[in-house]
Amino acid sequence: MEKTFERFTLAHGSGGELTSQLLEDGVFKLLQNEYLQKRHDGAVFELSGRLAFTTDSYVVSPLFFPGGCIGDLAVNGTVNDLAMCGARPKFLSLSFILEEGFSKDEFHAILSAIREASATAGVLVVTGDTKVVERGKGDKIFINTSGIGQVHPQAQVDAGNIRPGDRILISGPVASHGMAIMSVREGLAFESQLQSDTAPVHEQVLALLDAFGSDIHFLRDPTRGGVATVLNEIARQTNLGMAITEQQIPLEGQVQSACEMLGLDPLYVANEGIFIAWVSEAVSVAALQQLQALSPPGQQAAIIGKVVTEHPGQVVLQTFIGGRRVVAMPSGEQLPRIC
Amino acid sequence: MKYLSEYRNAAVVKKLLTELQAIVTQPWMLMEICGGQTHSLVKNGILEMLPPEVTMVHGPGCPVCVTPASMIDKAVALAMRQEVVLCSFGDMVRVPGSRKSLQQARSEGGNLKIVYSPLDAVKLAQEHPEKEVIFFAVGFETTAPANALAVLQAAKQGLTNFSVLVSHVLVPPAMEAILSDRFNNINAFLGAGHVCTVMGLQEYYALAQKYRVPVVVTGFEPVDLLEGILLAVRQLETGRAAVENQYARVVRESGNEAAQAVIREVFEVADREWRGIGLIPQSGYRVREQYRQFDAEQKFGESAEVLFSETDTGCIAGEILRGLKKPAQCPHFGKACTPLYPLGAPMVSSEGACAAYFHFSQACEVTASPH
Repeated sequence: MEKTFERFTLAHGSGGELTSQLLEDGVFKLLQNEYLQKRHDGAVFELSGRLAFTTDSYVVSPLFFPGGCIGDLAVNGTVNDLAMCGARPKFLSLSFILEEGFSKDEFHAILSAIREASATAGVLVVTGDTKVVERGKGDKIFINTSGIGQVHPQAQVDAGNIRPGDRILISGPVASHGMAIMSVREGLAFESQLQSDTAPVHEQVLALLDAFGSDIHFLRDPTRGGVATVLNEIARQTNLGMAITEQQIPLEGQVQSACEMLGLDPLYVANEGIFIAWVSEAVSVAALQQLQALSPPGQQAAIIGKVVTEHPGQVVLQTFIGGRRVVAMPSGEQLPRIC
Repeated sequence: MKYLSEYRNAAVVKKLLTELQAIVTQPWMLMEICGGQTHSLVKNGILEMLPPEVTMVHGPGCPVCVTPASMIDKAVALAMRQEVVLCSFGDMVRVPGSRKSLQQARSEGGNLKIVYSPLDAVKLAQEHPEKEVIFFAVGFETTAPANALAVLQAAKQGLTNFSVLVSHVLVPPAMEAILSDRFNNINAFLGAGHVCTVMGLQEYYALAQKYRVPVVVTGFEPVDLLEGILLAVRQLETGRAAVENQYARVVRESGNEAAQAVIREVFEVADREWRGIGLIPQSGYRVREQYRQFDAEQKFGESAEVLFSETDTGCIAGEILRGLKKPAQCPHFGKACTPLYPLGAPMVSSEGACAAYFHFSQACEVTASPH
């Protein structure tokens, strides 16, 4: 991008000369591909078979955090939603809502992250939009991405396929993203080497589907609200119980320390690079081994529990000391304890 | 994790439970003072592991829960003033006042900022000389030193736009209020480990003697809690009523004298109103005359108008906090009153007895179902 301006003005979203300049020097230059090349109102392409389609909006504070930025999230989040449908992500749309006064350098850094993340994930950004809103009407930058993917031919990913006895598999350590964000959040910053786990997970998912097909009953990524929220949602939806064991839940030492210090339960903290799979008991160990072999992301994969007919609609945790408690649906954001 | 995994050791827990089982011969009611202990008992599933003779009653030690509606009203009124930025710990913002919570005040244009340390509020005051920054100083003896330090820091920097709205309360007077109630049924206390880290043990000897009640100062991990319960039950079973220190790795006999000095410098003991309990004489702190320019109540006057009392919402916080009623005995529990839509403070914080019981009662249903 030419260093022609420092900060966004309303004119950058007006559709005129500045918009054109912004697109040519920024989005088109950095994300160039044959579809964007056409400079058309939309992308025209061919895809066959079952398709998955998803959308998500990204707002995060701060915009840059250890291990990533809002740009990585905007790509990986949508890629992972497609992966949870059992699909290989193919195409993304990319829309920005920018606040007047937002810095061009930061925008450029975010665009670069988007380019890197989409290259890593093997997806193409094929269409998009940019709007600028008055100062005070937004919060620096909001991003929306939608994605289309091709569903794996053997995939039968449906919560209706979850059965009692299914094992609950988690693909990596929990709570890394949320705690990394918290470590740099205004007013709470503490020194750490915590890193967000933001990453695409579709290669791991597709490898599982290649090997085990319809034995992979359901997939869900535990983003906002963490593992506890996802397990509760699925328990309610299926009217089955989810029985998990605290001891088995992978958690990195630093993340655990940060959670202990702030009095937060890692089960409720957000993740951006792991997924939960409900798999039939018969293939669960082989599926776990396969994930663990896909190093490095899967090395800490674990079977954290199973689906039961007892306590329908509820998640029950066996604690470290052998006690049991209900893991409830969260009621609002977790807050650090007073004392 | 060092100093953590040792206190979450399943084998040690089992040994303590077996020992407890062996010595308990009759029903006992134990109150854990601190909300952090309540939280840990529930989080680790300890309540349902205990022998049926041992009943835990959740005490008043949740700072959010005991802050009276009238103080929330004052905070709300201050937050609505144009020049004010009211800084608060996150837990406080959802607690209902007599008319509204701080969260509601914010949605109506109130200027509220959530901070994680009182010193962040001092920094804010320094950076924004055009604003009046008020820190909502709540909590027990545990948070008092940091809040007092914030005042000292502001004084040192010569800030004229920083003050504290103080709603500090003290543990021993609350214990005395519970013990002297004619309906009291508490046989022993698990003392609040972190309160005693600051204040030491001295304040508890007279209480234990006067009311013939064991006080075992206890930590927060599963092994701590079970050892504390075991020590208390052993005292009860052998007819003793002493002050014991289970949490000796943190709590010293004389406490943290430097912290006590800071508290004494800024605060003096005063009467305080407790949510649902009412006024308890000499049960809290107020800012000393010497630092009155940092006392938000002195600075801004009693601007809040209290419309009606908390009991009008149907919340029985007073009986809950004194251990007279269990949350499930409240007609609104889990129905009109849930963590998402709390009628009263004990349902708000994760350390509040009702919020803790809200989860525990679900766990009871679980236990009753076939395995």
